[in-house]
Amino acid sequence: MIASAPKDEHNSELRRIALVVCAVVLWAVLYAWLETLARWLTIIVLHLDTASQFGAAVAFFIYEAPKVLMLLVLVVFGVGVVRTFFTPEQTRKMLAGRRESAGNVLAALLGVVTPFCSCSAVPLFIGFVTSGVPLGVTFSFLVSAPMVNEIALVLLFSLFGWKIALLYMSTGLAIAMISGWVIGRLKMERFVEDWVYKMQVGSSDCASPHQSWDERIGLGLDAVRDIVGKVWPYVLAGIAVGAGIHGYVPENFMASIMGKSAWWAVPVAVLIGIPMYSNAAGIIPVVQALLEKGAALGTVLAFMMAVIGLSLPETIILRKVLKPQLIAAFIGVVGCGILIVGYLFNILL
Amino acid sequence: MKIEIYGTGCAKCKKLFENAQAAAGSDALVSKVEDIQQIMNAGVMLTPAIAIDGEVKSAGKVLSVDEIKKMISK
Repeated sequence: MIASAPKDEHNSELRRIALVVCAVVLWAVLYAWLETLARWLTIIVLHLDTASQFGAAVAFFIYEAPKVLMLLVLVVFGVGVVRTFFTPEQTRKMLAGRRESAGNVLAALLGVVTPFCSCSAVPLFIGFVTSGVPLGVTFSFLVSAPMVNEIALVLLFSLFGWKIALLYMSTGLAIAMISGWVIGRLKMERFVEDWVYKMQVGSSDCASPHQSWDERIGLGLDAVRDIVGKVWPYVLAGIAVGAGIHGYVPENFMASIMGKSAWWAVPVAVLIGIPMYSNAAGIIPVVQALLEKGAALGTVLAFMMAVIGLSLPETIILRKVLKPQLIAAFIGVVGCGILIVGYLFNILL
Repeated sequence: MKIEIYGTGCAKCKKLFENAQAAAGSDALVSKVEDIQQIMNAGVMLTPAIAIDGEVKSAGKVLSVDEIKKMISK
């Protein structure tokens, strides 16, 4: 078995790649027909009038739910495969000893592709700062990693279109770069818990960089099972609430509360958003429906960023390694960045 | 054989610990390492991680029972 192993591996690799290509083609065909299929289901099978409130809500759900889930599967798979090329170990090596401004930019970008989960924020933070990654650069990474993620981008793309997805991604990255830079300028190293810098950090690089495509595809599929398996109830709940708003809330209802003219809407949206713990999957469909009913884009973006980017559980976890002053600076600086983005878009658009 | 699970006590870490116990049976001693200093000593930046006889084999992933069995037999 050992002797024939390379050939076997090669064959199974080709087979897997072929399977993936087939799956993607099938996906594309289904996706192209989805709107027709959804309309047929709503009007012919369910006999619903899309002009009625209930009909509009059901039609919205029947089309949006499969669309978002399909995009989610595709993108999570793609990102899962891309992530096999990056490990936190490599990211750390790339960032160690970087000069600040360039380091902030690189850290924010790496935050998008490096696998991250807020439960390992502490070891990651210690690993970074003890190996000579500047504190501000570390923060750029910690801000961008949760905020600019594939799930948020998929939902924004499918519900709002590519322009807003791009807008969210670029402003999210800008906030990560700039707030990391500001935290670096504030010279807050003494507000990291003292024991952190005294840590002895070993090195290990267990995820070998020489993985076969077979393994990478396998890991991509694992990511789909893991992530989509976890977020689909939120997506469906979010779209259901969104569908309700879509069908029943009158046009321009939100204009007075979350519209452009309400100057206080942006700070209130951020303040409400910070302690709210929801992932992108649950919040974006709701937010999309609000936007449709007259909420201003800047306010909505600010709300989304505050909910996704600044989460209470993550700050509680980070409290282990950061003194309260630095936690406050972190929330303050990122919160201000989000505020500026919110106002900017309300004024510009 | 000695198997160590590195993690600060999140749900994923517990799952990996259970899977490792199931995979090892009575052949190996499975233990949890929750102390952050020890986790960092091992060079683990993504939890949960699994080490077999002191060597970190995987990080940031909940391996299935079969995957751990395969690792042990190697």
